[in-house]
Amino acid sequence: MRISFSMNARRAPIAFVLLLPRFLSALCLAPSGEAATPPDAAPVILIQNTTVMTVSHGTIEHGSILIKDGKIAEVGQSIKAPTGAQVIEASGQFVIPGIIDCHSHIAAEAINEGSVSVSSMVNMEEVLDPEDIDIYRDLAGGVTSANILHGSANSIGGQTLVIKLRWGQPAAKLPFEGAVPGIKFALGENPKRSNFSIPGQPRRYPATRMGVAETIRGAFSEARDYKKTWDDYHKRVAAGEKNLIPPRRDLKLEPLVEVLEGKRYVHSHCYREDEILMLLLVAKEFGFTVRTLQHVLEGYKVADELAAAGVGASTFSDWWAYKVEAYDAIPYNAALMTRRGVLVSINSDDAEEATHLNQEAAKSMKYGGLTHDEALKLVTLNPAIQLGIDNRVGTIDVGKDADLAIYNHDPLSAYAVVQKTLIDGRVYFDRDKDLASRAEIEKEKKTLTDKLKKEEKKPEEKKPEEKKPEQSPKPPALSAAPTAQARAVQGGAL
Amino acid sequence: MKRKRAARLGSPLYFFDFLCLVCLLAAPAAGAQIQAPSVYAITHAKIFTLAGSPIEDGTLVIRDGKIAAVGAAVEVPAGARVIDAKGLEVYPGLFDAVTQIGLSEVGAVGATVDATEAGNYNPDVVAATAISPSSEHLPVTRASGITEVLAVPASGGFDFGGSRGTLGGQASAIHLAGWTIDEMLIRKSAAMVVNWPQIQTQTFDFATFSRKEKPYSEAKQEYDKQVNELTDWIDRARHYAQAMEKGAVSKYDRDLKLEALAPVVRGELPVLVFANRARDIRNAVEFCDKQKLKMILAGGAEAYKVKDLLRSKNIPVILRPMLSSPPDEDDPYDRELTEPAELAAAGVKFAIASFDNSFARRLGQNAANAVAHGLAYDEALRAVTINPAQIFGLGSQIGTLEQGKIANIIVTDGDPLELTSDVRYLFIKGQLTSTQNKHQRLYEKYANRPKASN
Repeated sequence: MRISFSMNARRAPIAFVLLLPRFLSALCLAPSGEAATPPDAAPVILIQNTTVMTVSHGTIEHGSILIKDGKIAEVGQSIKAPTGAQVIEASGQFVIPGIIDCHSHIAAEAINEGSVSVSSMVNMEEVLDPEDIDIYRDLAGGVTSANILHGSANSIGGQTLVIKLRWGQPAAKLPFEGAVPGIKFALGENPKRSNFSIPGQPRRYPATRMGVAETIRGAFSEARDYKKTWDDYHKRVAAGEKNLIPPRRDLKLEPLVEVLEGKRYVHSHCYREDEILMLLLVAKEFGFTVRTLQHVLEGYKVADELAAAGVGASTFSDWWAYKVEAYDAIPYNAALMTRRGVLVSINSDDAEEATHLNQEAAKSMKYGGLTHDEALKLVTLNPAIQLGIDNRVGTIDVGKDADLAIYNHDPLSAYAVVQKTLIDGRVYFDRDKDLASRAEIEKEKKTLTDKLKKEEKKPEEKKPEEKKPEQSPKPPALSAAPTAQARAVQGGAL
Repeated sequence: MKRKRAARLGSPLYFFDFLCLVCLLAAPAAGAQIQAPSVYAITHAKIFTLAGSPIEDGTLVIRDGKIAAVGAAVEVPAGARVIDAKGLEVYPGLFDAVTQIGLSEVGAVGATVDATEAGNYNPDVVAATAISPSSEHLPVTRASGITEVLAVPASGGFDFGGSRGTLGGQASAIHLAGWTIDEMLIRKSAAMVVNWPQIQTQTFDFATFSRKEKPYSEAKQEYDKQVNELTDWIDRARHYAQAMEKGAVSKYDRDLKLEALAPVVRGELPVLVFANRARDIRNAVEFCDKQKLKMILAGGAEAYKVKDLLRSKNIPVILRPMLSSPPDEDDPYDRELTEPAELAAAGVKFAIASFDNSFARRLGQNAANAVAHGLAYDEALRAVTINPAQIFGLGSQIGTLEQGKIANIIVTDGDPLELTSDVRYLFIKGQLTSTQNKHQRLYEKYANRPKASN
């Protein structure tokens, strides 16, 4: 149900708008020097003379990172550049592991199949949009991987996946290879539709937190039966029985069976302490685990319970009061849960928020006194562990993917600006090149607009008359700042 | 120096004293009469007056709610409560120039929101009327060093599906502390809100819950209709104001809406015009110019495109947060972040505001992000202190640390725009004011939860 409104009506024909990302992607991705590099060949790169914040083993002053075949080959103080290596001189700058956003909705054509309360049959992978400009914007904010989630319109939502922000690559190249797939659950106000209703549609079950619990229990009861049907079938096949008709596949229950088998992670949207504990109880009843609790703004109230259940918590930095279930949200949440032994990450749930997750993590030092390292982990190693990709990313260690973000200041400051972002040892974002390409983009844009203007001046072809809506309700006029919270209240993703 | 006789807040004894005061401020006891001290001296601080260079080892004296003295060689008056601020920094409190603070408690719950009145023309409604002095947002926002805000009706939130009406009502400038709204008021009517009509070819239809496309000609007609209506309101207000002057308005034919617009047409009350697109801004400027209205632009996502116009007409801008997505997908990724630097270079006067209530505490963060993208640090600081004060005609009362101004002051452990800085002491109207809030209370409560036995 997340709807993003354009801030104002666009006069430009849709085709024009659709064209832009294409030529932008071409221009941004292939800045002059690198145009010759084939997309899949990662160069040998040495980042030198820089402050390396490894996250796993401290900070190395005047350090270097050698990258080969897309992996980190060496980390240390004095590494000689191999012949032919591309050298990135980064003195006075700071390198951290690429930021991992554990709750994102970028690169998606749609995020909510809101018509049913269990929509586990739909999959975000089928609607990946590699041309979403937010991929590039988040990349420019140091984000290298993101957990692309279904929305929170239903108790059990769609299937989810982790991507790398490989801007310029086709959709098939976005998924994080080998990452465990997930499924979105949602508790509380959004699945019970407390804050909005769709005109003309009856109230949808569930409409209470009681019903949300029963919806999940009901779905897993079915999934258990379904699993048993298949298990029995496989047993009989294994025993040599012939001419058996296999059970009918159920695309809704299959992903839930994968949850029961531990092959699919549950990422559950939640706010209040009672619904958090409810989900842990249901999970226990059916024998599955919850991988991460998303938002989990009252997680600090039940931190011991979360720690005991070994469930990860992925929260906001300082959002509050946009809904009643966010009224007890406090900016100390991340620190309080961390101190009680919960694995915590800070996420964005919003393309713009993702561009400064480093800053959002920094707030946990002020609110609750996390150390610099602990704060940095909230957006690097911890989300990597939560998504089961920490063998590949999350720290700066030899053998890991060369997914890195380079800042001009300590990244835990509001004054830090990303200079370069690397994924798989390739520079996917380069601020200097971005700045240098702007004049060219403007020129090309002008050429296109002029061409369109010329076309518009030609006598207009009569378009078939569109049906006018009977009533045209006043649309939300986002004349003021369309904040993330405002979008949230629209029945949002969060 | 008479410091020996002065009560020292820095000493353990007076720290206890301070705690008591804090507790009293945090939880007012019924009937308890407390006599708050009226004279304070902040000593040994680095003082950023914003009216000259910083004072390295300075003293600031507060008396009867005002700044009595500030400088390097200022005497501590007898009987003053002394705050030894060695190692700390002193700044004017921050001013968030567009918020719904006090008007909206929980965004999604209509019963707690009084931000936007129904209907398109409500010039008579006044924010101060509906501001809740007990809102949890006040102390939470204070804790981030914000001492005063403009509470702006029809400026945000999603009441009425986001529809805000053209004449949204009067914005009130308030201190973020006070037992009653009267104690909080800086200026009850500080600006008249105008949501500039937009030409909308794309709309959202709630009946079908889907996007609708509208031909440009149709959208333009609707826009023209709205501008004509607004013109009509202003014309009628002008006639009404003339009639008022001549004493021709009797108590029987009094029109409260036109009466509210009288100061606007007289050029006494500025119009705070919300517009983001260059075309809308240009149209609004032309309108206000023609109608001789004193315009302040709010939003201004594309103000950079019309910066010369804004400069030549002396129209100040209240910029929406830098931490916003660029308006168009083909905009540079840092489009919003570089705008303050561009406006500053063009000589356009601007303030930075949160345009929110619960994100008000990101005010400093937004300003710092502008600095990271080319805005001079001093300019950023001014954009959240003296600039908004001056833009709303309050520059002689607040916004800098100068003798005679209202003592809205913060004492911090560092750069007030940086994420990790803390406000150690906060003064509003010369009173040491608690920064304790709901969030800290919950933090302390749950930090002290005994370990669960599981």
